Amino acid sequence: MKKIIGIVLAGMVFLALGSLQAAEHITVKGSDTMVILAQKWAETYMKAHKDVTIMVTGGGSGTGIAALINGTTTLANSSRPIKPKEMKDAKSNNIVPMENKVAMDALAVIVNAQNLVNELSIPQLEAIYTGKINNWKEVGGPDHRVMRYSRESNSGTYVFFKEHVMHDKDYAPDCQNMPGTSAVAEAVSKDSWGIGYGGVAYFAKMKELKVLRIKKDDKSKGVSPLKQDGTVDFEAVWKTEYPVARYLYCYSIGKPSGKVQEYLNWVLSKEGQTIVEEIGYVPLKQMK
Amino acid sequence: MNYSLSDEIKLPPPSSREVAGLSLRNVDLRETSRRRLKLKVQEFFIEKFLFLNGLTSIIIIALIFIFLFKEGVKAFTEIKPFQFIGTHIINFSGQEVFAYIWQPVGEQGKYSLAPLVLGSLLVAIPATVIATILGVGSGVYLAEIASRRRREWMKPVIELLAGIPTVIIGFLCLSFLGTAVQNLFHTSFRLNAFVGALGVSLVIVPVIATITDDTIRAIPDDLREAAYALGATRWETIWKVLIPAGISGITASIILGMGRALGETMIVLMATGNAALVTLDIFSSVRTMTATIAAELGAVAQGSAQYYALFLVGATIFTFTFFLNLIAEVVINRMREKLKL
Repeated sequence: MKKIIGIVLAGMVFLALGSLQAAEHITVKGSDTMVILAQKWAETYMKAHKDVTIMVTGGGSGTGIAALINGTTTLANSSRPIKPKEMKDAKSNNIVPMENKVAMDALAVIVNAQNLVNELSIPQLEAIYTGKINNWKEVGGPDHRVMRYSRESNSGTYVFFKEHVMHDKDYAPDCQNMPGTSAVAEAVSKDSWGIGYGGVAYFAKMKELKVLRIKKDDKSKGVSPLKQDGTVDFEAVWKTEYPVARYLYCYSIGKPSGKVQEYLNWVLSKEGQTIVEEIGYVPLKQMK
Repeated sequence: MNYSLSDEIKLPPPSSREVAGLSLRNVDLRETSRRRLKLKVQEFFIEKFLFLNGLTSIIIIALIFIFLFKEGVKAFTEIKPFQFIGTHIINFSGQEVFAYIWQPVGEQGKYSLAPLVLGSLLVAIPATVIATILGVGSGVYLAEIASRRRREWMKPVIELLAGIPTVIIGFLCLSFLGTAVQNLFHTSFRLNAFVGALGVSLVIVPVIATITDDTIRAIPDDLREAAYALGATRWETIWKVLIPAGISGITASIILGMGRALGETMIVLMATGNAALVTLDIFSSVRTMTATIAAELGAVAQGSAQYYALFLVGATIFTFTFFLNLIAEVVINRMREKLKL
């Protein structure tokens, strides 16, 4: 869906600007998680810079990096760092991908507001989602079955949670796979014994949900991704105190120059990072 | 195609003068024969055009069949056939067990079709049962009991049910019906096969009601009159004469409805929770074949094992619905012969 919207929007923007002549053309391809963000960046940037056209498409982080290596895209969005194998492929193609961190993303773990559990450790989360822990009483809650909610396997969030929290183990078969973060929120808000996860900004203002504090391991202190007033706690994410967070990257070929460099600088500027916040991700600490 | 068949009708009727004068008549005859030839050519092309139209849908179905199965069969080169039944996994107590798991994304993909086929049936069968009760009931009511005026507005309203976008029904299931079912039956899964079945039944009620109504109304009045003449009440006439007479049409409508239920995607995607469990409990969350394809095909790499596995799932569901439709068609034809329609 995201992909389709992305393609349609990109097409519309492309057509609208097609009439303008001699515009510098930048293509951005990659992570589906970042499509909406990249789209918004491109739109805002093009409004102020009529001499640049930016075309954003999704396809997944791997697709984007592959396109960068093959030279079919100017920039590649990725929600994970480049893999050593991809780096080797790039070198054999005489391309040196340069990593640019452009935003951060934190995942919140949510339960129903009625649930007594307030914090969970990463090993506990892993045990819950792999199906080893099936009852809330094993993590200090009441004696009731845990109802697990997850995302569909096509979502970047699904993969991120699987890799960072579950150490790449398989999800329990009775995980209910919801078709979007909104559906996860809806389900957990209606299910007293539900647990779910998703982008932190999404849940910040929902009264029927409780965002859990997360502990790195059983000994450390639980950290909430939210501040007292219910807004996203950027400090906790920046200091990596909150453990379920990641960087979002935009790879360029070597050190970019000219218009591409200007665009990337703008993305990292206050204006670009405000858009990150609006979309629901976490802006970078250092802004240019 | 400026000429149409009505041209011939528009020919002025031969006037008495024309009939009388031989010379004029000869000219007329030549004109008519030329026109006839033109019409014949036209007829030929129209016939072929319509034949091609009919053929197109057959070709398209054949192509879908070929494409689906061609891609689906490739799954067997990537994945061992027995893996479509189940996989050996190590459980938490360290024992190796044979498990029926569908989880294509992971270190080692697991491709058991068992939970998906069971999930589809666990939604489609209860949905068909619910829709049969509602659909046959309303079909009989429309055909036999409702006054003409009531029938005139009721039938379109029932048919309108089929026109509701399924995503709306799915959304209602997700937000309201799930809670209602949970409160009523105290289920541990808020979203389960039964919630999905309720949603899907709404879509297939019109299918069953319309065909039942048509069937019952097509039964010749002789049967009704004979029943009443023998002193049967209205209920006895419906139950012992009309329903048995129209049973093949009603059966066909139920089978068609079930085909629709198996193919329904959006409602089950939103209402059933999509957990790929092997279960016979209708209050458990299930994952249907259609929901799996809808959820996973969008982001799968072309040519990967998962891609072909999804085509195999597609081929499986297509086979199911194809045979259901085939059976319904045969049953309907048999009824037509019986009632000499």
